Amino acid sequence: MKSPRRVRLGAALLLALLLWLVAYPLVLVLLEGIRAPTGWTLAFVRQFLARPTEWEALWGSLWISVASVLLAGAIGIPLAFLFARYDLPGGRLLGGLVALPAVLPPLVGVLAFLFLYGETGFVSLLVQRIFGLTDPPWRLQGAGAILLVHAYSMYVYFYLFVRAALQSFDGSLLEAAASLGAGRWRTLWLVVLPQLRPALGGAALLTFMTSLASFSAPYIFGGGFRVMPTQIVATRLNGDDRLAMVETLSLTLLALVALWVFRGARETGEGTGSKGTAPARIPVRHPAARVAVAAAGWGLATVLLLPHLTLLLVSLVPVGTWTTEPVPPAYTLRNYLTLLQDPVRARPLANSLWLATVATAAAVAIALAGAISSARRAGRDARAIETLLALPWAVPGTVFAIALATAFSVHAPWAGRVILVGTIWILPLAYLVRNLPITSRAILAGVRALDPSLDEAAATLGAGRARTLRRITLPLLRPALLAGASLAFVTALGDFVTSIMLYTYDTRPISLEILSSLRQADVGVAAAYGVVLMLVSAAVFAVGAERGSAG
Amino acid sequence: MTAFLQLEGLVKRFDGVVAVDRVWLAMERGELLALLGPSGSGKTTTLRLLAGFDTPDEGRVVVDGEDVTGIAPVSRRFGMVFQHYALFPHLDVRANVAFGLESLGVHGPELDRRVERALALVDLAGFGPRRIGQLSGGQQQRVALARALAPEPRVLLLDEPLSNLDPTLRERTRREIREVIHRVGITTVLVTHEQDEAFELGDRVAVMRSGRLEQVGTPDELYGAPANAFVAGFVGRSTMASVTILGPSSRGVRIVVEGIEWDVDAPAGATLPPPGPALMLVRPEALRLTPPDAGAIPATITSRRFVGPSAVFTARTDGGTVLEVVAPSQSVPAGARVGLMPSRRMGGGIHLFPPDGR
Repeated sequence: MKSPRRVRLGAALLLALLLWLVAYPLVLVLLEGIRAPTGWTLAFVRQFLARPTEWEALWGSLWISVASVLLAGAIGIPLAFLFARYDLPGGRLLGGLVALPAVLPPLVGVLAFLFLYGETGFVSLLVQRIFGLTDPPWRLQGAGAILLVHAYSMYVYFYLFVRAALQSFDGSLLEAAASLGAGRWRTLWLVVLPQLRPALGGAALLTFMTSLASFSAPYIFGGGFRVMPTQIVATRLNGDDRLAMVETLSLTLLALVALWVFRGARETGEGTGSKGTAPARIPVRHPAARVAVAAAGWGLATVLLLPHLTLLLVSLVPVGTWTTEPVPPAYTLRNYLTLLQDPVRARPLANSLWLATVATAAAVAIALAGAISSARRAGRDARAIETLLALPWAVPGTVFAIALATAFSVHAPWAGRVILVGTIWILPLAYLVRNLPITSRAILAGVRALDPSLDEAAATLGAGRARTLRRITLPLLRPALLAGASLAFVTALGDFVTSIMLYTYDTRPISLEILSSLRQADVGVAAAYGVVLMLVSAAVFAVGAERGSAG
Repeated sequence: MTAFLQLEGLVKRFDGVVAVDRVWLAMERGELLALLGPSGSGKTTTLRLLAGFDTPDEGRVVVDGEDVTGIAPVSRRFGMVFQHYALFPHLDVRANVAFGLESLGVHGPELDRRVERALALVDLAGFGPRRIGQLSGGQQQRVALARALAPEPRVLLLDEPLSNLDPTLRERTRREIREVIHRVGITTVLVTHEQDEAFELGDRVAVMRSGRLEQVGTPDELYGAPANAFVAGFVGRSTMASVTILGPSSRGVRIVVEGIEWDVDAPAGATLPPPGPALMLVRPEALRLTPPDAGAIPATITSRRFVGPSAVFTARTDGGTVLEVVAPSQSVPAGARVGLMPSRRMGGGIHLFPPDGR
């Protein structure tokens, strides 16, 4: 379809907006790192290179991320095979429960692990008691603790990607392999694994990038263990802004290298194009095997659900009543009443809700405009718009927080810079930018699936652009819009890494209130906030999926 | 009287490739024209230029004396039925048909009346509350037609309207479409790659190749007097052989086919190529099987295909040319030695073109 001048103008404006919000702050960070008040300098780069702690942090980030990929894969891939290939008793329910870590925002997951496996955690005390130890059996600290949290929260990527790939797997390929005399392992190696490569690559990339950017786990559990995201925040708190810029740059470079290494794996979950029915699931028939499998399955589900349950339990315990007993002596709803009624403690809940709502609405609007202009090929800008929408995904959250903090802390309107840091607008802006990739990916998929002749049909029937958008495009895009919006909302609601660098007292979100409650040893309220976050996330996901599939 | 719809020298290029090359067409009010051609011949692009989805690089589209070339599809008042129907899946049948009327500001009882009338026209009265997903392919096709006709457009455009139906349904739907269009009396342009469809629906047929119009005429004209070998080959069954033209004869023209001299009718319409090498295009019914005598081309039957009481025989001449002949089914078995002669019946079926086919 020809694109009238107005559409091209719209695309150009959108491109300008994205350049300003997404690319410009990153460029400024890059420049700040090599600029001193006196002029250009490599002094900060040299300072960075000379400090062993920087190398230690960079190396820490790298190996933690690689180890997270391996661990998450080792858990997620077998689970995916188990639930996709075998017909287990209660398999449907279990298969859903296995994805549950997804509803725990990063900081809340860390919180739950603290309650479970921390020095005074549930499981730790249990082990201590059983074996009659005088000290806690372990300390939840350092690389091991970080890896534990990463493995728990990130195996879901492998599980979901591989399961989806197995479900869309063409069963006739297996039959063909069998008819050609290939044994089980040969088939797995030569037929199944190559078909799963996009799913595995996609999950590995996602896990790697998430680990690289992970902030909550190292921040709470890191102890002396250095990774770059926490290092950046520490350097900045020390006032070494320029050095922080160089650190930011190094983390970005690491992320870009990872993207380059995994460059073949970007198109994930698109299927292989071969149309076939998935092979039938293998029923488990032997009674003893059924019992064993069922027991193992429910045991697994319990382990996976423990963090959620622990949060719930802790949130019901009155302040200071639970010290050494294995189960709490008393229960109360006071913690929830506190965060609803106390005007000071209720504020973060209201804040997070409105911040996430504003950010989500804006992200959906921008992603929709971007997806439509990209799908309609409205000029040469389309490709650039798509790239800019996806860019924040490649950049760790800490980096973007620094970039936005840098770009919008100076009043220089002629350079496109205004002071937003310290105002209520910086957080919604940061959430918005960080949410653009996931939102636009969901919406772009929806727009691409639309038959372009629907638009043309509406045009021949005399409907203008506005009416076509309102009556045809938007109703048909509803599933994609809801999916994109729910992802954006949940991410914004649980955000910690961006918030900790950019919040103001008036806009402090739930995650920071959880942190300060923890510091005041007010674990009940912290857990209550965690439960609220978890429930809202789950509810939003459910609505997104339900309404999405109904449309 | 000037034509109602005129395409005046339309040219459309995509990235330097000419998709539509100087297409001139003039249609009377109420005429149904079929644009026929293989895929990539530019027929769909021509239709999109008509609808206004693409803008021609050169030329004009004129309707009823009004130049609509620069007018957006929204304001053009051309109805269109899309190849995959493009029905709005989230709206019911009634809302789909009402969509175009609402654009015109029709509402209330008048809207209901006109929607019902459009649905009755395609024999779907009472289908209003149905969801699109509940309809069969043929019903969807008719809803698409009702939707396009409801706002009473000036011109109706049909893009391969039957290509998504299974063959048994296709013939019936073809008949229904023709009836509806003739009842409404709307000027219609149909795009198709199916010769049967073009011939049954079109008052005239325009054959396209590589963006150009090869020939425009009634089905009789195209079949009886194809302008060139492409049209002759695209329209109806035929096989080809290299021949030499000797010159005029008592019957029509004298030619040499594989060393045998034949006297054949001079084809109607087209000018006869000068004596010398030529391309002969021959319909199966223009040949007959004889015993392998003198005067006939010796050949061997390679296969036969039944068409009721008669069959189409494929014969390979001793010179290696493959020709098709219609004859009674039982006349000869496969593998038999036969002779090939022009049919005794007068009336064309053999066309002669210069060796390059133009």
